[in-house]
Amino acid sequence: MKIVNLKVNGVGKTFIARPETTLLLALREQLGLTGAKRGCAQGACGSCTVLLDGDPVVSCLIPAMTVDGGDVATVEGLADGPVLSDVQQAFLDGFATQCGFCTPGMIMSAEALLDRNPSPTRDEVNEAISGNVCRCTGYEPIVSAILDAAERRRAGANL
Amino acid sequence: MTLLRGRGYASVNYPTGMNLGGDPSQALIHATTMGAFVISLSSVDLGQGLKTVVAQCAAETLGMPMANVIVDTADTDTGPHCMGTFASRGTHRVGNAVIMAAREARDVMLAVAADELEVDAGDLETDGTGFVRLKGSPETRIHIQDITLAAHFKQGKTISGRGIFLKERNYPVPETGEMDPDSCQAHACTVADVEVDDETGVVTVLGLHNTYEIGRALNPAMAAQQVEGGGWMGVSHAIFESTEPYYPASRDHGPVDFCEYLMPGPAEIPVQESVILERPASNGPFGAKGIGEMTANAPIPAIANAIFDACGVRLTTMPFTPESILRGLDALRA
Repeated sequence: MKIVNLKVNGVGKTFIARPETTLLLALREQLGLTGAKRGCAQGACGSCTVLLDGDPVVSCLIPAMTVDGGDVATVEGLADGPVLSDVQQAFLDGFATQCGFCTPGMIMSAEALLDRNPSPTRDEVNEAISGNVCRCTGYEPIVSAILDAAERRRAGANL
Repeated sequence: MTLLRGRGYASVNYPTGMNLGGDPSQALIHATTMGAFVISLSSVDLGQGLKTVVAQCAAETLGMPMANVIVDTADTDTGPHCMGTFASRGTHRVGNAVIMAAREARDVMLAVAADELEVDAGDLETDGTGFVRLKGSPETRIHIQDITLAAHFKQGKTISGRGIFLKERNYPVPETGEMDPDSCQAHACTVADVEVDDETGVVTVLGLHNTYEIGRALNPAMAAQQVEGGGWMGVSHAIFESTEPYYPASRDHGPVDFCEYLMPGPAEIPVQESVILERPASNGPFGAKGIGEMTANAPIPAIANAIFDACGVRLTTMPFTPESILRGLDALRA
């Protein structure tokens, strides 16, 4: 066991991790952040995607003991009170969710993409969410929402 | 190497509900003292949007805002009975049951309001924003929160309602086989455009054009997404999803989990063009039919027909793998 210190959505958190505690388990069951979902628990579906030091990772495959001192961003940290982030708002406006299970992971993958590439092409969006499985929407509304969010972010930056 | 293009279409008629030993669903509704209406169901929303459409049905019937409706699908042990959300029956069966329950609750709501306003309940109407008001005299009105408080603390009434929709069991006519197994049928057609690589056998779906006649689309955005999400599943069934050659021959090796199970990603899905036609069904909730499972049906034979149109290979086993295309082309050349 190890005492782990993490910055989660900008706030310092401390918890005890066992060897088998994944980052996903720690977020969901020890820190109460249930946005990231446990889908396949083997890194194939992307529903547990969070940002670790700015990189999108499948948190179900990361032993929590290995990320002591890390900086984690989850979907819970995106909104500013009742004001959604630009990506969240674009998903809402573009009706880019159906059952919603993949949505937190999709949004975090999109955040990571837009942080790095403010003007992605449709192909680059496809690539960025290629690790996130959606079984409901057929992907098109999700891809369009991410392109829409990119446009909103660029417009906001130009104000 | 040649890229061969083809177009095919397929149609589907899809029944709403099943001919079990009768196909019923029940709903209960009651008002809280805060003016919310709670719908109790044992029907399950696993992401298909049932809670949204039944809340719409209740809000429309009660004449109250959607925000005043809470859908509780808590427990199949304690909830009103439902056969289940399958056979594209949820919207139709549960929607009808909820409308019936909401009508009964609305009658009580209007009776309580009539007592408070000292008018005849038949002269009252809802305004859709939370008030019950006197027809022709909109300033004589009372808010739902005051109605539910008065019912509970002054009049000693429960504002509640019971609903059920039953499609009775139907037996075939022995002489003709004729029967009435379902309540209504939705209809659809998909046209698929494909490209077949005659060297690699790879099929690319270039476009899907969908037309659906589904009664009334209670929630047009969700109906449109069901069509295109189902279109994605159809493409996936047609050219990707398989556990062959490992199953059922042997389970000692090969894909035993979804890591190794092929599905199309966002880059493998064509642009879809979809049209919804609304011809309300006489027995549907506000005219709705079921639009669930059928959406994955038509794309598969449409793609098979498009492959035939493109290269002359007639495939009857899914998925339409590169191997099956190449074997078909070899057979044509032999």
